[in-house]
Amino acid sequence: MGPLIAHQHRLSCVSEAETLKATKPTPEIRFFLTRRKSKQVGTFIFMNVINKPVSERTQPKTNGSAALPAGTPAPDFELKSTPDQTVRLSEFRGQPVVLAFYPADWSPVCGDQMALYNEMLSEFQEYRAELLGISVDGPWCHAAFCHDRKLHFPLLSDFEPKGDVARRYGVYCDKDGVCERALFVIDAEGVIYWSYVSPIGVNPGAAGILSALEEMKNKKETK
Amino acid sequence: MSVAKSNPTLPIEGHDHIQGSIKAPVALVEYGDYECPYCGQAYPIVKAVQKRLGNRLCFAFRNFPLANMHPHAEHAAEAAEAAAAQGRFWEMHDLLYENQVALDDADLEEYASTLGLDSQRLMEEVRSGAHTARIREDFRGGARNGVNGTPTFFINGERYDGELSEEALLEALGESDE
Repeated sequence: MGPLIAHQHRLSCVSEAETLKATKPTPEIRFFLTRRKSKQVGTFIFMNVINKPVSERTQPKTNGSAALPAGTPAPDFELKSTPDQTVRLSEFRGQPVVLAFYPADWSPVCGDQMALYNEMLSEFQEYRAELLGISVDGPWCHAAFCHDRKLHFPLLSDFEPKGDVARRYGVYCDKDGVCERALFVIDAEGVIYWSYVSPIGVNPGAAGILSALEEMKNKKETK
Repeated sequence: MSVAKSNPTLPIEGHDHIQGSIKAPVALVEYGDYECPYCGQAYPIVKAVQKRLGNRLCFAFRNFPLANMHPHAEHAAEAAEAAAAQGRFWEMHDLLYENQVALDDADLEEYASTLGLDSQRLMEEVRSGAHTARIREDFRGGARNGVNGTPTFFINGERYDGELSEEALLEALGESDE
């Protein structure tokens, strides 16, 4: 067997489209490969950030853009959540907000990431946190995607001017014309508490969000 | 590799459904969804790995049903837990993965009968969500520990992000044992 190609099996379970990626190597975290002694050839390795403390994870950056860091007031915005409704960030002042920027509806990893968050809404609600997904897809596209995947949280369209909100958060990928895969946890006062940019092909999961929400809650209680 | 005993991604005696000895040198934990096709693909691979490693492996299964995506996943997980309440978790676990395309309530009831369980009691527990708290606890723990899809495996407490094949899994398990 030649060099083991790490494929992305885990971010799966969404649709037949998924199976396409099984044959397609992605520049993934495969840190276990670092321990393979003889077979690794030019393996591209990302840090495994999932299990690090929040403070160590807050170092976003990819594609030359810099995500707004913790401590920055979250820029307010108003975006369409459906073809005839809008959502304004400041409406949620007084409660935590999780912003999940992602590249595109329908693509396998995004689908999985949103599917995971969809199952976690009750967890987020325990922290009174509102979850908002954001991509440059239009509201009709979001509507179809939400319907197909039975998503129970709003997907916002950063559609016109395209990517404007993502740019203001420092997470727009000019090269591809999409949002990066970026997470922001915003506190009740509207200040970014934690942010993280994931490699574009990697589902960042929910562990970072949950620990940020937990930390925020504990800090508030000890005040 | 040294792993703290409190690591939540190691098998937990008295809590997890475990095959093999908790004292086995290699621990494999799977977070799975009975309706997930990728978990279905992983099922025979895990079986083969278990066969190869024998009593050197401790395997634990935890629930991670993606219920919005897989409409039968929640009830299937309930059925496995309800079978566990009658002492037959693994038999039900195996039947479910061997019959992923037939996971309606009527199918679950049939599997309970096939296993010689009290199928009426099992279905009452499934319908009333008698084991929902346990399933949710698995799910929450998984999400906190880096499970971001199914199946997700942890080898000796460390997430395995590699290829899902018998060969790759065996190699990873073997290395972890060094």
